[in-house]
Amino acid sequence: MNVTRGFTGRPRVHNPGLPPGQYDAGDDWPVLSAEVTPDLAPADWSFRVDGLVERPHTWDWDAAHTLPASAYDGDIHCVTGWSKFGVRFGGVSLDAFLSVARPHVSATHVVAYSHSGYTTNLPLADVTDGRAWIVWEYGGKPLPSEHGGPARLIVPHLYFWKSAKWIAGLTLLDHDEPGFWERNGYHERGNPWEEQRYSGD
Amino acid sequence: MPGRIAVSNRTAAEWQTATLTEIRRETPQAATFRLAVPQWAGHLPGQHLMLRLTAPDGYTAQRHYSIASAPDDSGNIELTLDHVPDGEVSGWFHTTARPGDTVEVRGPLSGFFAWPGDRPALLIGAGSGVVPLMSMVRHHRLRGLTVPLRLLVSARGPEELIYAAELGAETTPVFTRRAPQGVPVGRLAAAHVAPLLADQPAHGWEAYVCGSNAFAEHASRLLVAAGQPVERIRIERFG
Ligand SMILES: Cc1cc2nc3c(=O)[nH]c(=O)nc-3n(C[C@H](O)[C@H](O)[C@H](O)COP(=O)(O)OP(=O)(O)OC[C@H]3O[C@@H](n4cnc5c(N)ncnc54)[C@H](O)[C@@H]3O)c2cc1C
Repeated sequence: MNVTRGFTGRPRVHNPGLPPGQYDAGDDWPVLSAEVTPDLAPADWSFRVDGLVERPHTWDWDAAHTLPASAYDGDIHCVTGWSKFGVRFGGVSLDAFLSVARPHVSATHVVAYSHSGYTTNLPLADVTDGRAWIVWEYGGKPLPSEHGGPARLIVPHLYFWKSAKWIAGLTLLDHDEPGFWERNGYHERGNPWEEQRYSGD
Repeated sequence: MPGRIAVSNRTAAEWQTATLTEIRRETPQAATFRLAVPQWAGHLPGQHLMLRLTAPDGYTAQRHYSIASAPDDSGNIELTLDHVPDGEVSGWFHTTARPGDTVEVRGPLSGFFAWPGDRPALLIGAGSGVVPLMSMVRHHRLRGLTVPLRLLVSARGPEELIYAAELGAETTPVFTRRAPQGVPVGRLAAAHVAPLLADQPAHGWEAYVCGSNAFAEHASRLLVAAGQPVERIRIERFG
């Protein structure tokens, strides 16, 4: 251990909900995108599932809202160090979209892409069985554009860069294909409990 | 969104011991900390690192800091930190740190905001957001690059302008609260951005925006409104 002379840190209480190396951001919700916040109206938003699926399909705003509503209540963790507890996102489970598109058995990974050109890769198993959502509400209100509104992906058990803002679609693949931050040195999977921050962690 | 610059992922995974060798005051709130990192693999202007402090009970605090110095092969790097009120890490640096102390760093990280010096660059920063941009300006000077480079930097007043003595003809300061006699006071506006976009180099600018989230939103919207293509705007948000 490399102790820093004279450093004691903030007084702290052990919080079992906090993954290693994270702090509780409280009411703050930092914005960490590297791009210009797009002006994307709900009427211009769409979401497509294609690649290794039986029926590639595109939903517009109204069609996506006819799917059964589903909410995420829980915590989120950003690779830059903050975690946010007890957040509520409203939208639709990704399972509802996938059950329409019907993934091939050969599909193992997805690339999520945004209306702005951002991409991130995920194992298919990380976005199925109630582990991922397309959401348009935060705390009961429309999701603000700087946080990915009108709609974003939410994969709360992984670091938040996987939860692509301004989500435009998912392409299902039979192999892994690194996305934007993954090509820029970030970890392939990003599990906060294992501190998978950067490639090599 | 803009493309990327390949970075080595190998060194970023390892924590290295960095020894503080020099502290230089920049403004009442900001100081530059020079670190000897013998195994430093080098960086591109605009990249940042992760810094870690460890308490005797094993508690650690990690923060990101942009690299202020231009790349060179001296094994030294410089960081410039704002003293954040009650800040855990910046507080330690500003009140306790002295030459000879060691901290840990890993990096460099993220090639996204990096500028290798290849294309004309329009840099816009506020407060400590000028830090990665200064690495670019210093790189430009050190290498004698001729590719066009402009810096627009916003500060509350002249005494809070980091690197003031080093800024040259490439820089236009914007003062939001207090300004020297004859210089207008006000925040960064379309009128500051318009002349730079009217006078662009042949294939246009690569724009780099750095500062708080509020500043980044404001500045990037001004750029888009002035005609800068969104895919040629890179943003680093300090939070
Ligand atoms: C890519 C990047 C580059 C950066 N480069 C620079 C730079 O060059 N120069 C610079 O001065 N800054 C830079 N920053 C900001 C820097 O990382 C720190 O956020 C800043 O120094 C404040 O850290 P601190 O420990 O002093 O303050 P903190 O203790 O982190 O307090 C600052 C804020 O953090 C939150 N916070 C609350 N509780 C805690 C807690 N327990 N632990 C941690 N945070 C808490 C609060 O919002 C608080 O107001 C950069 C940030 C990023 C993302």
